[in-house]
Amino acid sequence: MEHKKKIQVKDLDFFYGENQVLYNINLDIPEKKVTALIGPSGCGKSTFLRCLNRMNDLIPGIKVRGKIILDGQDIYDTGVDVVKLRSKVGMVFQKPNPFPKSIFENVAYGFRIKGIKDKDFIDERVKTSLRMAGLWEEVHDRLSSSALGLSGGQQQRLCIARAVAVEPEVLLMDEPASALDPIATKKIEELIYELKKEFTIVIVTHNMQQAARVADYTAFFLMGKLIEFDKTENIFTSPRKKETEDYITGRFG
Amino acid sequence: MKKRSIQNSISKIIPMPLAFSPLWPFIPICNLRDFSLLLNKGRSPNTQIQGEGSLLSYKTKDNIIKYLFFLCALVSVLVLGLIVYFLFIEGVPIFKVVSFKDFLFGKYWYPTSDPPSFGILPLFLGSIYVTGLSSVFSIPLGVLTAIYLAEIANPKTRSIIKPIIELLAALPSVVIGFFGMVVVAPFLQKYLDLDTGLNMFNAALMLAFMSIPTICSISEDAIYSVPRELKEGSLALGATHLQTIIRVILPASISGISTGVILGMSRAIGETMVVLMVAGGAAMIPESIFDPVRPMPASIAAEMGEAPYHSEHYFALFAIGIVLFFLTLIFNLIADHISHKYKQVGASTL
Ligand SMILES: Nc1ncnc2c1ncn2[C@@H]1O[C@H](COP(=O)(O)OP(=O)(O)OP(=O)(O)O)[C@@H](O)[C@H]1O
Ligand SMILES: [Mg+2]
Repeated sequence: MEHKKKIQVKDLDFFYGENQVLYNINLDIPEKKVTALIGPSGCGKSTFLRCLNRMNDLIPGIKVRGKIILDGQDIYDTGVDVVKLRSKVGMVFQKPNPFPKSIFENVAYGFRIKGIKDKDFIDERVKTSLRMAGLWEEVHDRLSSSALGLSGGQQQRLCIARAVAVEPEVLLMDEPASALDPIATKKIEELIYELKKEFTIVIVTHNMQQAARVADYTAFFLMGKLIEFDKTENIFTSPRKKETEDYITGRFG
Repeated sequence: MKKRSIQNSISKIIPMPLAFSPLWPFIPICNLRDFSLLLNKGRSPNTQIQGEGSLLSYKTKDNIIKYLFFLCALVSVLVLGLIVYFLFIEGVPIFKVVSFKDFLFGKYWYPTSDPPSFGILPLFLGSIYVTGLSSVFSIPLGVLTAIYLAEIANPKTRSIIKPIIELLAALPSVVIGFFGMVVVAPFLQKYLDLDTGLNMFNAALMLAFMSIPTICSISEDAIYSVPRELKEGSLALGATHLQTIIRVILPASISGISTGVILGMSRAIGETMVVLMVAGGAAMIPESIFDPVRPMPASIAAEMGEAPYHSEHYFALFAIGIVLFFLTLIFNLIADHISHKYKQVGASTL
């Protein structure tokens, strides 16, 4: 790979209790590129993604083997500060999960927990983040109303704004556009295009065209195994593995 | 268990319907499926769909079932209505003897002296102070325990501690009162050098024991049911667990917690046996938390036996019942209001 590696995944196995769902994953995620994870439902994409910011730690009875090296440091080493890790590796979830707070407070949350008091700075960041997420026009006159009153798609863009506001180095997105209409989806894709100038992005998607449009690299998962990982154009035009081809062509009809 | 403790506190205002369970005979009939089976006995499913040949049309059956349910609901309402009605019939005559103002704000409760004095302020304040003091213990303990159980304890610890706390709710109040009397009272008397260990402090402590299970279990439920996604959303932004609890989980469950707190307090305010046994029973406005007091329920319970039927004293006791009824009613209305007001608007998931 000709790009600098941001994250190196080495021999990763993952278990929910006795149930192994990831098998020996080896993958290098390039810096400031978009990497798409594709594969059929239940193949372990979300699980893999949630390993990258140790979000799976919250689930009792999980077991992780192998290494995930972020900037030269194994994030599963003992003594790693998970809180620091997560402010470095942000996440947008499959289902929108705004806090039961105002729209403004949702986006400002990342600063509040860091104890940042500078009001002008926060105002400015909230505004730019909402702009980036393509939500500013719709909500600028009701920033203080509850985020739960937004539509599902708006909630999802709010969650994206919330995640980019704190400027993580890596942004994990789990099907961020699955609840959005084509226009909002296009906004998100443009946003991803903008974001990759500064951030490393890993995105799970079920939408092949979307992967083809936004991703520089694509990883194909099948039943907990990484089948193929390559530049997106290679995956979509000349896959080396038969499974990859079947999946992609199956999807395209 | 959870339902139970809510019912316990609600039954302070509506003691009869739950205790006497006038619903019992209806419950077997209320089983919707069995009931409609009964009506359709012997009919093939086919004729049912066509609606011909069935004994009764579906519409009629639906209506019958609807009215049956309505009747069941009506029984409780009716019983409550009857109780309130009698409470008023037996209580209101006292206001021919004393004005409402003198009754509520009179400082002297000497119902048997000559001439009698029917001022319930000492009893009213006794109730308020004891409940207030007990919530100073019960709210922090109950809510913090709830946070611990729902958020911090590992599943095993939780599965041990939670039933124990709920068992506390199952303890008969007379047992708690007994404990206060023979264990706590002598202890207080000895170590704080008091005239008597049967006082407001002791009663508040025992009442706190009684309301903690209610507060804890309703709050725990509310905290536990905060969607995992919310918590993850906060952690994913680099918040610590504590920050997540304080800034996301507690605000998201505040309505449940407040409901628990208020139901817990209304349980304390209506509790009779404990205050009868450990509050000391002096009908005076207390000056310190170690003074003996005589809260309203204790007065009713202690004096009802000796008050001659339809005497002024008798009417006065019922009038105290009316005051108590409105007090708990207010508490329950507040709880209801809060649980509606802070209900999340709009789904946070799709
Ligand atoms: N919390 C959990 N506990 C136990 N098993 C889980 C848990 N979450 C996921 N799994 C299992 O792990 C496997 C992979 O799930 P995962 O959510 O990673 O799939 P996915 O590729 O993201 O699917 P989708 O495209 O439908 O989101 C599935 O078989 C699932 O049943
Ligand atoms: Mg998934």
